[in-house]
Amino acid sequence: MALTVDHDAFRTSPGNGASRNGAWLRYRWIGGRLLFAIVTLLVVTFVLFMATTVLPGDAAALIAGKSATPETVALIRERLGLDRPPLEQYFSWLGGVFRGDFGVSLISGRPVSTALVPALGNSLILLVLASVIGLPLAALIGIFAAAKPGGVGDWLANILSVVLSAIPDFVIAIFLIFLFATGVFVVLPAVSFVPGGSSPLAYPAVLVLPVLTLVFTSLPYLSRLMRASVVEELSSEYVAMAELKGLTRRKVLVKHALRNALVPGIQGAGLTVGFLLGGTVILEFLFSYPGIGLLMVQAVGQRDVPTMLAVAFVTTAFFVLINLLADIATMLATPKLRTS
Amino acid sequence: MNARSSTTEKVAPTVSIQTPSPASDNFRSVLRDRRTIIGSVITGVVLLIAIFGPLFAPHAVDAYVGSPFAGPSASTPLGVDVLGQDVLSRVLNGGRTIVWMSLVASALGVIGGVLLGMIAGFVRGFVGEIIMRGCEIWMALPMIIFILIIIALFGRAPWLLVLLVALGHVPQVTRVIYGAVLDVSQREYVESAVASGSRVFETARTHILPSLVPVVMVEFGLRVVWSVGMLAGLALLGLGVAPPAADWGLMINENRGGLSAQPLAILIPLALITLFAVGVNLITEGVGRSLGLAEGTTK
Repeated sequence: MALTVDHDAFRTSPGNGASRNGAWLRYRWIGGRLLFAIVTLLVVTFVLFMATTVLPGDAAALIAGKSATPETVALIRERLGLDRPPLEQYFSWLGGVFRGDFGVSLISGRPVSTALVPALGNSLILLVLASVIGLPLAALIGIFAAAKPGGVGDWLANILSVVLSAIPDFVIAIFLIFLFATGVFVVLPAVSFVPGGSSPLAYPAVLVLPVLTLVFTSLPYLSRLMRASVVEELSSEYVAMAELKGLTRRKVLVKHALRNALVPGIQGAGLTVGFLLGGTVILEFLFSYPGIGLLMVQAVGQRDVPTMLAVAFVTTAFFVLINLLADIATMLATPKLRTS
Repeated sequence: MNARSSTTEKVAPTVSIQTPSPASDNFRSVLRDRRTIIGSVITGVVLLIAIFGPLFAPHAVDAYVGSPFAGPSASTPLGVDVLGQDVLSRVLNGGRTIVWMSLVASALGVIGGVLLGMIAGFVRGFVGEIIMRGCEIWMALPMIIFILIIIALFGRAPWLLVLLVALGHVPQVTRVIYGAVLDVSQREYVESAVASGSRVFETARTHILPSLVPVVMVEFGLRVVWSVGMLAGLALLGLGVAPPAADWGLMINENRGGLSAQPLAILIPLALITLFAVGVNLITEGVGRSLGLAEGTTK
């Protein structure tokens, strides 16, 4: 929990370069990050794909069932392309992904994308709502805690973050279900029933508890990070100077320190959103919310390899993309890194 | 540390170590820290229940003692679960798995991370770059997705779950240790030791390793918290510890349908999991603060 954003990423950034053309260095740096993002995606999918092909638990034998004859299994292998060399399979899978084709579900027999796309949309609804509420809230808590280090607000924020950061998200979810859906008050649905083909947005009540859970899980990390960042800014020389000139602490905080203190928060927010994505797996299962997390759990239960790979691909791509955007935003917000 | 989200994972903490002061002082202040004391009591109670609970269980974990979801009675003080089994007996028996699995997974993860982090921090150069980039790549895949895929392929033997959770820890720990090694080795007393002719390994042993001890302790605590969330979460998905074994996470999965009829069957295991994680986190926080791992909070 000593959570401070790590600025390793910027060690090779334009900030260190000689005073050459700033814009060019900036583009080169962004290009480098982009390249690394693509490499990340390739490595992750390659490792997972190889694990599913090279290692036991043959998909063909699985589909065929235990009583199938070797001939049937061989036929299915051929149909799935499992008889080709693994490397070739990987590249043909990757080629498909670029065309939006994630293969055919082993269970439903339909293209994976027909289940994946709506599920992804539903999960994004949760993530966007939770981020819009949670990220600013976390930042505010951190800023208030830092405004008076050692004060009551700081103490409360610290307790909140130490306790909340240790509580698994499913505990928060079940507690909320018990409180608002089944036990104490019965005002919200415990299960997110959304008729097939319609959007959860048409049923706002089902969104409340999952979003609330995600908001709670997003608070501790980012609020601590923001607190640390604001405290650091407030202890810097320019703040002392501004105070000597007669500005009140509040004015210094709002007018000067906050702008700089928010910069580390950008990457922190990126990481938080990425982690919320992982958190949706258990939450969607608990609420039976029709997102990619639930899709993943179902695919695991049925050993539906193409669906699992597709979910792994989109979640990794999402994580990489969000953090790439956060890196770029951080660079644009940091004059030192921008110009040099 | 809800696992990557507790499974909401949290991020590689970057710690910076303050000027070393006499170690004995530091450790005494750890024991005086209020967070450490409260955390130790909470964790101690949960550990006692987990370790000695089975001795006090009135029924066998898989014995049929009453109609499903029956409320508390004289012979079943916490009521009956979905399969007609005694909740109290299953609670008393259900802690061992998550305790040993989370501790071993964290230990393995920390060992792996410390080794890789030290290699990257001392050797640096190409090897260091590869290790650190590898960690960054590894962290881009939500760990729960990776674990679920491997479980789907290979089953869910306890040792495999432990290994997978440990693998999830490695990149985070590596980054922290790497940062700490760089931080320490750039300090004046280390640089002067090197300049005055101490050999690299000698410097590492006498100057750098001792400074890493608090970092490793805190990291281990954070990893336990993360492991508890991940392992209990997997059990909750029905993909962790397999029935008919008693396990706190599995109990939540089994009794989900009875949250309104028989809430105790869920809330008690849920509370114990939470207390374990919060207790360990409080100790970790207390140790971290007392040993001077700054996080902008030690003002």
